[in-house]
Amino acid sequence: MAAVSLENITKTYDNGKVLAVDNVSFEVKEGELFGLIGPDGAGKTSIFRILTTVLLADKGQATVAGFEVVKDYRSIRSRVGYMPGKFSLYQDLTIKENLEFFATVFGTTIEENYELIKDIYDQIKPFNDRRAGKLSGGMKQKLALCCALIHKPEVLLLDEPTTGVDVVSRKEFWEMLKRLKKQGITILVSTPYMDEANLCERIALIQKGKIMSVDTPGNIINSFPTTLYAAKSADIYQLLNDLRANPEIESCYAFGEFLHVTLKDNQNGGADFLKNIAVSKGHSEILIKTITPGIEDSFIRLMNERPEEVRPGN
Amino acid sequence: MEEKAIICKELTKQFGDFYAVNKISFEVSKGEIFGFLGANGAGKTTAMRILCGLSYPSSGTASVAGFDVYRQQESIKKNIGYMSQKFSLYENLTVLENIEFFGGVYGVSRKEIKERSNDLLETLGLQKESRKMVGELPLGWKQKLAFSVAIFHRPKIVFLDEPTGGVDPVTRRQFWDMIYEAAASGITVFVTTHYMDEAEYCNRISVMVDGRVEALDTPANLKHQFSADTIDEVFYQLARGAKRSAD
Repeated sequence: MAAVSLENITKTYDNGKVLAVDNVSFEVKEGELFGLIGPDGAGKTSIFRILTTVLLADKGQATVAGFEVVKDYRSIRSRVGYMPGKFSLYQDLTIKENLEFFATVFGTTIEENYELIKDIYDQIKPFNDRRAGKLSGGMKQKLALCCALIHKPEVLLLDEPTTGVDVVSRKEFWEMLKRLKKQGITILVSTPYMDEANLCERIALIQKGKIMSVDTPGNIINSFPTTLYAAKSADIYQLLNDLRANPEIESCYAFGEFLHVTLKDNQNGGADFLKNIAVSKGHSEILIKTITPGIEDSFIRLMNERPEEVRPGN
Repeated sequence: MEEKAIICKELTKQFGDFYAVNKISFEVSKGEIFGFLGANGAGKTTAMRILCGLSYPSSGTASVAGFDVYRQQESIKKNIGYMSQKFSLYENLTVLENIEFFGGVYGVSRKEIKERSNDLLETLGLQKESRKMVGELPLGWKQKLAFSVAIFHRPKIVFLDEPTGGVDPVTRRQFWDMIYEAAASGITVFVTTHYMDEAEYCNRISVMVDGRVEALDTPANLKHQFSADTIDEVFYQLARGAKRSAD
């Protein structure tokens, strides 16, 4: 049985004028760490709100932990842990009071499932009497996760838990998720950071309400249909302009210290071809190599293959 | 001598016995893209507020666009542009009204505003949307417009505070194309970001940890210095030891 399933879910706002979720279907297996990857406005939060039974879809069906989101909403609410994107704990209550409150609401105690939260709770316990509103971003995030876990949920729904958090806290957070997964909890997590996709077992890439691909990060990368080159020179901005001006270049965009480039005609000798362009334009310190694409490359490619969904920005 | 857009010497901001910014020193050249990185709570925002003329330092010296941060705050404000993810444009004014408002506030003449706003709308491909409320635009468009508005009065320096949060990877890159273009036209760009790949687009970057600048160099030199493959790793090595964490 799938821990989470969505079948043709559609959600519009503003009397049908805004299409937020467009016929979305995917399944999360029991015990899986599944990532929903996409930018702001892709529809991630609407999906989370439908799954947590606080928002009704226009069309389609969805189940969580085997229960239907409309009919069995009560059963779902006691079985999921939800961490919304916006910090939603009581700012005037202390760490301990928040935890006690959520434990009581779910008919349990902090002690009953202590093992599950111990790792995370220990890190914020020294500040037990501090009000939630006075905590740092990283500590709020940990407290919210503890509160979402206190009733030992079967399914954990985390909406952008790492947005706006620095690299160090983000790494720590993913370590926590891996440990929770080992305890058998199914986790559906969303993120706008493409580099976090590799930390999930399977991912769905979502853009403008539509799922572009659902697979393991490895398979998504392997299905990249053409050779990807990395290129750089002493003047990288000039190189970007020179390559884009060449009609044989299919795509060229900045990526870290390199440019990532694909050619219209995918053949051997592409690296030499690119090098020749750079040399003829007078570039120095030229470096061109073939590389393995990442999830962000796949995402960009999928977006460009659907021109109707990419706004004409320039 | 190479022209400097920003010069900081032992710049410090103290709140009681807490050193939010602790003796930071660096220089930014004209037309440079300077990445200002740091963990949450490292002191980036405090330092940036001083450099924008919004807050006085406790000690040390700094000049921005040739103006002193103690005595010439108003001149600094006139010569810089500022954009943040959180606030930049008025959502319930139209695209054109926002341009006119900010142009006017920064003292651009009516005639200039008219000419430049036509050019700007054309470059952005927003002619049809010029009378739409900014609140109705997609996030990516808003960000591009906000950046264009921030440099509309042709400032010497533009400060960008996490400008690209939340947008898709294609739009994020279009935004950086605009940053490169501005820098090529001589505007100095001072930018903070949580995306470590964007740090690589900067000419030089600094990393703040607990109020101090712990590293400052080109991305390539920093990676070499820390024996790291990516700036992400450099940042992690530096910030891991941080004692402070805050919003």
